[in-house]
Amino acid sequence: MAKAKNTNRLDVYKTFKLYIGGAFPRTESGRYITEETHKGAFVANICRASRKDFRDAVVAARSAHGGWAARTPFNRSQILHRMAEMLESRRHGFEHALRERAGYSKADAGAEVDAAIDRLLWYGGWADKFVQVFGATNPVASPHFNFTIPESTGVLATLAPKDAPLLGLVTSFAPLIVSGNTVVAIVDHDHRSIAIDFAEILHCSDLPAGVINILTGYRDEVLDHIGGHRDVDGIAVFDATAEERKSIGIEAADTVKRVHFYDTPKGGDWTADEAQSPYWILPFVEFKTAWHPMGY
Amino acid sequence: MANSYDVPRVPSVDKIAADERAAKFKTRSIKKEAKLKGLKLVISMIDLTTLEGQDTPGKVRMLCRKARRPMLQEGLPTVGAVCVYPPMVPVAVEELKGTDINIAAVATYFPSGQAGLGERIDEVKRTVEAGANEIDMVISRGAFLAGEYTRIYDEVAATKEACGDAHLKVILETGELQTYDNVRLASQIAIDAGADFIKTSTGKVSPKATMPVTLVMLETIRDHFLKTGQMVGMKPAGGISSAKLALRYLAMVKETLGDAWLDPDWFRFGASSLLNDVLMQIEKQRTGRYHSERYLSIS
Repeated sequence: MAKAKNTNRLDVYKTFKLYIGGAFPRTESGRYITEETHKGAFVANICRASRKDFRDAVVAARSAHGGWAARTPFNRSQILHRMAEMLESRRHGFEHALRERAGYSKADAGAEVDAAIDRLLWYGGWADKFVQVFGATNPVASPHFNFTIPESTGVLATLAPKDAPLLGLVTSFAPLIVSGNTVVAIVDHDHRSIAIDFAEILHCSDLPAGVINILTGYRDEVLDHIGGHRDVDGIAVFDATAEERKSIGIEAADTVKRVHFYDTPKGGDWTADEAQSPYWILPFVEFKTAWHPMGY
Repeated sequence: MANSYDVPRVPSVDKIAADERAAKFKTRSIKKEAKLKGLKLVISMIDLTTLEGQDTPGKVRMLCRKARRPMLQEGLPTVGAVCVYPPMVPVAVEELKGTDINIAAVATYFPSGQAGLGERIDEVKRTVEAGANEIDMVISRGAFLAGEYTRIYDEVAATKEACGDAHLKVILETGELQTYDNVRLASQIAIDAGADFIKTSTGKVSPKATMPVTLVMLETIRDHFLKTGQMVGMKPAGGISSAKLALRYLAMVKETLGDAWLDPDWFRFGASSLLNDVLMQIEKQRTGRYHSERYLSIS
């Protein structure tokens, strides 16, 4: 029999923190951003990450890179699959968050969660295939086998899309980690809490600590530090403004950092087919060519 | 050998207070010019160490070159010493010729100390003859825990005699001494027996150097100084791998012993990876951009 609701009970609100090195620390800066629903109701005070949080996240990502890149592609695939499973099991919570906080319709929220789950699976499937598709056996004029193999670039910063709080985040890291890169994702839009909700999915998906780190805050505050950080090997940028392109380009040039600006799909529709492609893996791989004597 | 050593009565250590006091130093923040000055001081206090079974003459040579010039940038001090196993001392002597960098060697059957006194003394003499001017000895922790304090005193005193002009650092291996009271007593015995430095750890046993243990040892040094006027050096070793932590140690030294100990003659860090972190912080101060260890040589 249903019991009467206790009207004296106080609600327990979630504290949204950062996700660094497999843990949920508060920002070292002590600053926050007040997040509201699309109707202006209070959601939470969200951590406003600082350059020092970014520095800490890069340390975590660097530490995780060797082990993640050394995992078998099949294992990386399994872990992306696990993320999809976990998201599917919590889909109602995300649909609710998208509707209540971001103002999505029921259909749109369902479509975004569907697409996020499918995209994780889809890139997971590429983990043990992109090497075959983009690698090569090269004919050479000497008694050698000659192979060209794509390998991960290293530690990447990814500036997540400004729309699609769930799907945008998934799109910003899935093509990067599938090859063995580790990432620090910067989330700057009006519904950052959903990114931290998603960090809880990562936390229980057998993903090694530090492979994906999520910082909520303002892009422009940390942009120079991302570009100039010598331990960051590349920057993936989604929804870049002209000013951001210029600023990142100047800073990254000093450290000869790889930068790629991903195209925003038509109408900002991140569920579209054009928002996923095996070619989106390629900007952040390094091609290694090996010569092996044939033995005669 | 002296059998007349009266084991000192040392004050018991309040563990809660020591832990709390040490934790206070973690709240200090040193910035900008003071930080830069502190970082350079840390470099000058590092005993750049390699104590691995896989050490080769080539690795020791590389380490010595890093000790002479930690990075390309001008204006940085050399490290305090290079610390190696005895067979590598001749390599270090050759590489560090013409510099002020000390050559420290771990003798007395480091890290266990499990050998007869005669063998340990012989190793010390051979190492000093090979060119080491600092000897890091280990005490017999088993004997200490069995209450054979006079034996510890005698062994340290005999080693000091065998060192001749070389400085003697006495490693207490605090991770095996179990209580702060034992750390305090072992520190006092080592000092009484003639230690020039007392040192926390071999780096091979966990826990390695911790701030509370170092604080207990610093307070022993302070009380000995207040009583006798004699200065003794301190070397925490093992587990100090970040510049931030090293600066906190310096704050603790300054506030426990005073400015006189903020000198490589009286305070050292036993470390290897610490140097690169300090260099990265110095580059951050210089350029305003976070640095990467990949731009630095291995240490």
